Amino acid sequence: MSQTTTATAQSGPQPLGDREVSTSRRDNERVFRARGVTKVYDMGEVQVHALRGVDLDLYESEFTVLLGPSGSGKSTLLNILGGLDTPTDGEVHYRGGELTAADERGLTRYRRHHVGFVFQFYNLIPSLTAKENVALVTDISPDPMTPEHALDMVGLADRMDHFPAQLSGGQQQRVAIARAIAKRPDVLLCDEPTGALDITTGVLVLEAIERVNHELGTTTCVITHNAAIGQMAERVIHLTDGRIGSIVENEHQLGPRDLSW
Amino acid sequence: MRAIHRKLLRDLWQIKGQAFAIAAVIGVGVAMFITYFSTFVSLERTRDTYYDRYRMADVFAMAKRAPNHLAPRLAEIAGVSGVRTRVVADVTLDVEGATEPITGRLVSIPEARQPMINDLVLLQGRYLEPGRRDEVLVSEGFALAREIGPGDSVTAVINGRRRELDIVGVALSPEYVYTIRPGDLMPDDARFGIFWMAHEPLAAAFDMEGGFNDVVLRTMPGAQEDEVIARVDSLLEPYGGLGAMPRSLQISAWYLDNELNQLKGFGMITPMIFLAVAAFLLNVVLTRIVSVQREQIAALKALGYSNREVGFHYSAWSLLISASGSVAGVFLGRWLGLGMIGMYNDYFRFPFLAYQLSPDVVTGALLISVGAAIAGAFSSVRVAVALPPAEAMRPEPPARFRTTLMERLGLGKLLSPATRMVMRNLEKRPFRTFASVAGVAASGGLLVIGLFFLDAIDLLLDSQFYVAQRQDVTVSFVEPRSAQALHEVHRLPGVIHAEALRAVPVRLRAGHRTRQTSITGLEGDARLQRIVGSDLQARELPPNGLMMTEVLAKILGIQRGQEVTLEVLEGTRPVRRAVVVDLVDEFMGTQIYMNVDALRDLMREGGILSGAYLQIDQRFQNELYEQLKNIPAVAGVALKSAALDAFNQQMDETMGIFIFFNILFASIITIGVVYNAARIALSERSRELASLRVLGFSRGEISSILLGELAAVMLLALPLGMLAGYGFAALMVSSFDNELFRFPLAVSSRTYATSVLVVLASATLSGLAVRRRLDHLDLVEVLKTRE
Repeated sequence: MSQTTTATAQSGPQPLGDREVSTSRRDNERVFRARGVTKVYDMGEVQVHALRGVDLDLYESEFTVLLGPSGSGKSTLLNILGGLDTPTDGEVHYRGGELTAADERGLTRYRRHHVGFVFQFYNLIPSLTAKENVALVTDISPDPMTPEHALDMVGLADRMDHFPAQLSGGQQQRVAIARAIAKRPDVLLCDEPTGALDITTGVLVLEAIERVNHELGTTTCVITHNAAIGQMAERVIHLTDGRIGSIVENEHQLGPRDLSW
Repeated sequence: MRAIHRKLLRDLWQIKGQAFAIAAVIGVGVAMFITYFSTFVSLERTRDTYYDRYRMADVFAMAKRAPNHLAPRLAEIAGVSGVRTRVVADVTLDVEGATEPITGRLVSIPEARQPMINDLVLLQGRYLEPGRRDEVLVSEGFALAREIGPGDSVTAVINGRRRELDIVGVALSPEYVYTIRPGDLMPDDARFGIFWMAHEPLAAAFDMEGGFNDVVLRTMPGAQEDEVIARVDSLLEPYGGLGAMPRSLQISAWYLDNELNQLKGFGMITPMIFLAVAAFLLNVVLTRIVSVQREQIAALKALGYSNREVGFHYSAWSLLISASGSVAGVFLGRWLGLGMIGMYNDYFRFPFLAYQLSPDVVTGALLISVGAAIAGAFSSVRVAVALPPAEAMRPEPPARFRTTLMERLGLGKLLSPATRMVMRNLEKRPFRTFASVAGVAASGGLLVIGLFFLDAIDLLLDSQFYVAQRQDVTVSFVEPRSAQALHEVHRLPGVIHAEALRAVPVRLRAGHRTRQTSITGLEGDARLQRIVGSDLQARELPPNGLMMTEVLAKILGIQRGQEVTLEVLEGTRPVRRAVVVDLVDEFMGTQIYMNVDALRDLMREGGILSGAYLQIDQRFQNELYEQLKNIPAVAGVALKSAALDAFNQQMDETMGIFIFFNILFASIITIGVVYNAARIALSERSRELASLRVLGFSRGEISSILLGELAAVMLLALPLGMLAGYGFAALMVSSFDNELFRFPLAVSSRTYATSVLVVLASATLSGLAVRRRLDHLDLVEVLKTRE
């Protein structure tokens, strides 16, 4: 993985619709490049515009937070970046390849080899133990760490043989993080990872994410509606009503324990 | 083991009750397939080997008396590869320990053992020794039934003379695999036996020296059987030929073929019913599973599992359930097949009848069960595969309900809210409701068809033994006798009433169609032997002209009012024409009747009779039997009570087992369908029901919502099931519609009632199992669960 990233480049809010994003980062450090991403859900009688032309770049080993109220389109954007969904219009590039041109098979391969997902509601398989939930991923990855190692990284070495129902919400989310990182993904995408948790457990989860980002250098993108979490990020991207409102770079990032919300 | 496989096993364990119920239905389907087809294959192979190794004849013919020099001419017929002429005669036997007369069939064989057509399998003792004129071999069935064997002897009344026959061996022949006396309903080993005796003494006893009255032929492969038969007929014609017939019409071979066809028919139909129900159940369960696991499917896909892997994962649910059912089914089927072969070993006399479960049959069974699994899984696996990963992260939108037909008609006010919920649920998923109804109806139908056999047999017995044959004893003479014989019979001890019977062997000809049979002449006011149609009403014999069974009319392609040619096969063999004035739909056989006086007019003969029907006083029964055994003119004595006993014994042996399994298997379907329907309903609605409980509904009230749905399904399914049962019965009756007998289509109310009760009991059992779960519904837990 790459060298330590420092906050640079674009400062201040970005003008909307600006297609030429000026950046001092080298293109080969850029992991994602999204242009004009639009998503319209056809709900029968009404059409819902979840994304209305989003331009976004995410960089190697960067920790970004996508901030926005519910309905702002942040989950949709994350799903598209993660290859779970495809935009109605626009392009998304992942490193050299164009995600939006990939077929179902290509997207599956992309998710399998490059992406780690963490969901708001953990989405653990209830019939599998913590270790087995992680093994679900290590079974199909080319170069995984052991489930034990992954669980150890999130501080759950002593809970490996517990079923999800025997774990607290925070523990379940940490299992989900272990499951996401066990394949050594290039990007870690977290959808409201603390949304269903209280502060104390939320902090533990965020620490786990931060640790992965630091130790493995995994490009990390967390979406949340909790502005406080933005303080952990190198860049905070504000989404409102399907558009990027602003992108803020943090000079200093706070550790999860220093957050107050 | 991969984590996803662990998930599969643990998830399956979660629904083990349902999985087990479905596996049981599949298991039964597979078991039926295995049972019927393995028995079919074993029986068919045994038959073919036996026929081949022991040179079963291809053509059978009888004559009155043909000279031996005809034999070479028969052998010269194009396509004939071998001929065996012989003397065959039925005699009355006197066996120690049996008061009633017994029929023995004497069949001549060469004095010295040599390979021959319809060869013998010597099971016990030895072959005849040349020069010993009274030695015989006895058929195995008779030897077992009478507990006799080498060293014992029986007395035969041959042409009026009592003759001691010494048994030296026990044997079998391929022409007597099914040893049934012509005209009987069931084989009766204790009262009909085959005795093989040296040709010369047997011919001498029946004035057949230098001649024969029976011939069997083997044809070459590819020979024109019809032409061979025609040639045999024309050669035997001058010697009282009674018409040759192919092996397919030989009585033992015919029964065996018929049995094989039935096995194949059952083997095709019954497993299909079970597997179709299983496929439906799999479909319902998997659809539910996929819907419950939407988010897990999404997570798997998000983690990088491909659509193929997800599709395979959910197909595997179905395949595992069906595989476990199939494996159990193969073993159950093998066990049942073994039992069935054991049963056939009592019915059919083979030197060897080994049960064989061939790999082909197992493969076939597994293929159809995999087929059912795939059919069942197909639609839900497709849903799982098509589910977009992002879409699946959102909970399923609330199901769309609409008011039911009744409510739209403005009758909604009549329904309680609970009833409305039940009805809306049923209407919402019309396919599932329909399939549940169809599944339960199928099980009801299966029960009806199983029990219907008893009804049919009861009715058959009733019609045959109580309405039609009211005589106790039927006596047949060696040769037609004068009217005086009737008076003599009447004077025998215990005879209350006697009626003449005149049977004239004929070849019927209508256009190019022919048929050998014999015309039965009955007295116009007959009280004993009567003609009875399927409505169990005695039919009056017209004073003139013929009356024949509908089956025979169909064979001859003629209708009421048409004329047929009668080529008489006895005496001077006159050829006459007569009008078919009436048809009767009797259950059995290809009879043709005529008023005895009209028949005599047609034959231009006096008061001749070939036998008599007797009504007797049971107190004098033994005395009468004793006398009958010793009257030289009597060729055979048929006892109604003995026939009934034989019939009932056989029914007791087989029907009990048959009905037990039928009820068991049908219950498995009902339980499978109802239990699954209830569990699915519970899974879909536990949240709703728990909410109702929180709102203050009692356990009884919420179970009435859930179980009300089942009750509604039963309400629809039961009448349909009874209708389906009647349909199945009609189908079965038409498939049994052969020349020898057909089943009456009469389903008794007892059958319907029993079927309904069994279905209801199975449903209640399943309902109670689910009700127990409902009572233990953890309100807090259920409401906490995110839908």
